[in-house]
Amino acid sequence: MTAARPELSGLEVGQEIGRRTIAVERGTLVRYAGAGGDFNPIHYNDVVARGVGLPGVIAHGMFTMGAAIELVADWAGDPGAILEYGVRFTRPVPVPNPGAARIEVTGVIGALDPDAGTARIDLAVEFEGAKVLGKAQAVVRLR
Amino acid sequence: MPINVEFAGREYPPQAAYEVSREKIREFAVAVGATHPAHTDPSAAQALGYPDVIATPTFAVLVAQRAEAQLIEDPAAGIDFGRVVHAEERFVHHRPIHAGDRLVTVLHVDSVVERAGLAMVTTRAEIADDAGTPVATVISTLAVRGVDE
Repeated sequence: MTAARPELSGLEVGQEIGRRTIAVERGTLVRYAGAGGDFNPIHYNDVVARGVGLPGVIAHGMFTMGAAIELVADWAGDPGAILEYGVRFTRPVPVPNPGAARIEVTGVIGALDPDAGTARIDLAVEFEGAKVLGKAQAVVRLR
Repeated sequence: MPINVEFAGREYPPQAAYEVSREKIREFAVAVGATHPAHTDPSAAQALGYPDVIATPTFAVLVAQRAEAQLIEDPAAGIDFGRVVHAEERFVHHRPIHAGDRLVTVLHVDSVVERAGLAMVTTRAEIADDAGTPVATVISTLAVRGVDE
């Protein structure tokens, strides 16, 4: 958090900004359901989840989206510098009981716009080697 | 038909303001694993130039989904929520949301596209503060499955 904040002039397209693993347990989903106001039972009830053709309880897509961007927020040093952030939800993340699903997040500089003072960060967000978020991109204001 | 296609272009009027509290910002930040002090410590947020603690990048979904409920729960739209899958989400922040904000949202149904028994419904929540200044735009696409064959 106290690390120097990145400056646009020192960045190159293709450069990795970092990577992290997000461990998701059932309790993580309960907490997100309450905070995010999403009480769809497919995120806490295996019977309901299987009834709609899922392997079991899955993570909220909005949890995965919200957790993945933290890599970028911490790198930028200012969460308010994230001007745009969009994703496609391409694959569900089943969350075991007991245990944890491990989501792997990697961020790479996708584009630089010196006139606008922004960088586009492309996120690869994967579970068991398959993409769970598609076209996950954030535009960040830098100095 | 999983949704009434005539809903494309519809606009829902603003509802009561969403009042943003420090505690809700903190609760949501913890839930997504956000640890930056600007979400919990007013002085850390002020050091970055914000008037109070700021929300994480996807917090605006809380505000947007209240507005989206007007469409999803509208019987005339004909959406069966059990058949809905979230397909895409996009946030454009005109400025960060901070504690103390009173946010007013106008919901637009931008498009309803049907193909192969699947309806893709794209909504746009335009979120402004109580002075009418734009704060965030939240674009959400839901895929609604038709009745099984």
